[in-house]
Amino acid sequence: MTRNIIISSTFHLIIILIAAMSLPFLAKKPIDLPPIISVELIQITNVTNIPFAPKAKKIIEKVKKKKKEKLVSEQAPPKTVKREKPDAVPLPDKKIEKIKKQEDKKQNPEKIDNEAKQVSEFEKKELFDPNNIAALIDKSKEEAAETTNKLFKVAQDQDKNVDIAGLTLSEEDALKAQIFSCWSIPLGLPYNKNLLVRIKLKLKPDGTVIRSEILDHARMNKPGQGFYKVLAESALRAIKLCQPLRVPTKGYERWKNLQLNFDAREMLEG
Amino acid sequence: MLFRYLLILMLLLPIKAFGLIEVDITRGNLSPLPIAVTPLSIDDKSKKSFEKILKKKDIAAEISTVIENNLKQSGLFNPLNKDAFLQKSDIAHLKPRFEDWALIKAQALITGKVTFVDEKIRVEFRLWDVLAGKEMMALAFTTVSSNWRRVGHIITDKVYERLTGEKGYFDTRIIYVAEEGPKTNRIKKLAIMDQDGFNTKYLTLGNELVLTPRFNPTNQMVTYLSYFRNLPRVYLLDIETGIQEVVGDFPGMTFAPRFSPDGRKIIMSFAMDGNSDIYTMDLENRIVERITNHPSIDTSPSYSPNNKYICFNSDRSGYQQIYVMKSDGSNVKRISFGKGIYGTPVWSPRGDLIAFTKMHKGKFYIGVMRTNGSGERLLTENFYQEAPSWSPNGRVLIFYRETKTDEKGEGFSAKLWSIDLTGYNERLVETETDASDPSWSSLLSN
Repeated sequence: MTRNIIISSTFHLIIILIAAMSLPFLAKKPIDLPPIISVELIQITNVTNIPFAPKAKKIIEKVKKKKKEKLVSEQAPPKTVKREKPDAVPLPDKKIEKIKKQEDKKQNPEKIDNEAKQVSEFEKKELFDPNNIAALIDKSKEEAAETTNKLFKVAQDQDKNVDIAGLTLSEEDALKAQIFSCWSIPLGLPYNKNLLVRIKLKLKPDGTVIRSEILDHARMNKPGQGFYKVLAESALRAIKLCQPLRVPTKGYERWKNLQLNFDAREMLEG
Repeated sequence: MLFRYLLILMLLLPIKAFGLIEVDITRGNLSPLPIAVTPLSIDDKSKKSFEKILKKKDIAAEISTVIENNLKQSGLFNPLNKDAFLQKSDIAHLKPRFEDWALIKAQALITGKVTFVDEKIRVEFRLWDVLAGKEMMALAFTTVSSNWRRVGHIITDKVYERLTGEKGYFDTRIIYVAEEGPKTNRIKKLAIMDQDGFNTKYLTLGNELVLTPRFNPTNQMVTYLSYFRNLPRVYLLDIETGIQEVVGDFPGMTFAPRFSPDGRKIIMSFAMDGNSDIYTMDLENRIVERITNHPSIDTSPSYSPNNKYICFNSDRSGYQQIYVMKSDGSNVKRISFGKGIYGTPVWSPRGDLIAFTKMHKGKFYIGVMRTNGSGERLLTENFYQEAPSWSPNGRVLIFYRETKTDEKGEGFSAKLWSIDLTGYNERLVETETDASDPSWSSLLSN
């Protein structure tokens, strides 16, 4: 008898506890969660630790040597700089210190790759910087010119940083937005069927299409898949209408082969 | 040995591999496709011959106008202004300069040629993909000269199918009730016309009241309700021969007839002693079968395209709602649960939707819902409108709408209207008189 009373009391106590803990939540209003905002996570280690492109490094070294001889800016190639003006202006001491610091930050030569070489070729042209020459004449412009160069180097390194990944969200969005506007979806397609067309593209650096290939080409001639041909043709028309495609200005190796997956189902199902 | 060297060489080569980047395109624009419809070219000799027979100055231009109007009416195409064309149609028909057509933003191009051959009309046409720079389709049709409008419709159907992926609906006819006179003394006649409002013919004289004509989906038979000798009954009419007959020997009123998708049966309502139920009659052996047996009013039956189900409206729940049952009458399920009263359900030829008329707060709506009642969409609303009928491809609905003719609300006019499934492309279908109760035929060129 006593045992039963104890068991009954224990269970009653448990029920009361559960009720006491959970019931107050019923009175509360549900939490109004803010909408989820997608955030792109970017690895910034390489950005903060800026390495030099290999060819640029060599050129800078050459320039520095000449600079030491001639006492001109390290970024001014000797051929293009007029002797009267830059040669006549000696670099301030602070500038030389900064150059030495940059020399200390030499990147690891093992990280050199083909793409970095291409980039460095580009950088070679950029070494002749009119802003920097102006800075030699007008010292007030010096800081601004340096900042520009630093930004360029950061951009250059970002380019290197993304070449192992796909397109960034903003790059992908730009491309999508362009193609969305060009793609006239055939409205008569059966929306309960597979409406996915995959097209592989080979692109020029300016985004012009060199070659387009429908990956599921065999479906075109299958019985009962007549709609697929219509869909594939509309996708090809969209690509032709849109080109040159809005691709990133850098990292050509990364996106020279691109696959576009056209899926009309979402739009047609509404 | 050579293989080893090659292997070592390959290992030494600096290789950099990039994964293929994939981008998903899940959106596009649903704006009409820009299309250039050139005037069909014709030689002078053929032109004169057609002018003599058909009393048409330029039959080639007339055919291209038919095609252009059809494409425009569909809402899916935007025929470009002919003044902007840079290349002449007779040259374009053989070899279009795609750059010229791309320059005026055309994505597709229709060219063609008309010739007079053995007292007949021969029309050849080509459809070109301007951006891809290739021919998509090339066909030729020969028929009696008087059929020139049908040729235009058939060409439109072919172009529509090639560019949208679904069958067209242009080479079709519409049967309807032509109305004349004041509302209290209305004369109603059966009339038939092409889907674009041309070639109207009257099938009855207007001595009796006629209602709800419906096409047989497989041939040119029509079933309708006629008040012959003031007795409302379902009749069957052969359009080709003009022969008509009463459907079944029912002791009371039969109404709301419709063919089964295979054309073998007629399904209708039979009313007696204040109760109406759904019946079918086999057109071959004339056997009548009762489908529903309920003390409520069951009416407006319509078969699913696979013949397996029937949708109808019934007031068995207290208000008129839409129900679906198996074609033997079993497994009755209510599918409409929205506010208001639902009626005239019609199963889509594609089988995925049911169109209906809804009455709510003094307004009439034409809408569609899935066959299980979900996804209800109201396409259009008005003061009074009803009786939707599907185009054979299940994309467009035709219905009739009554409107007041003056500001005081006196007088009224009934006209046919069409609307596509997007709900945006609503158009008046021109008729010679007032019109109601439209029914769309299947494709004539099937």
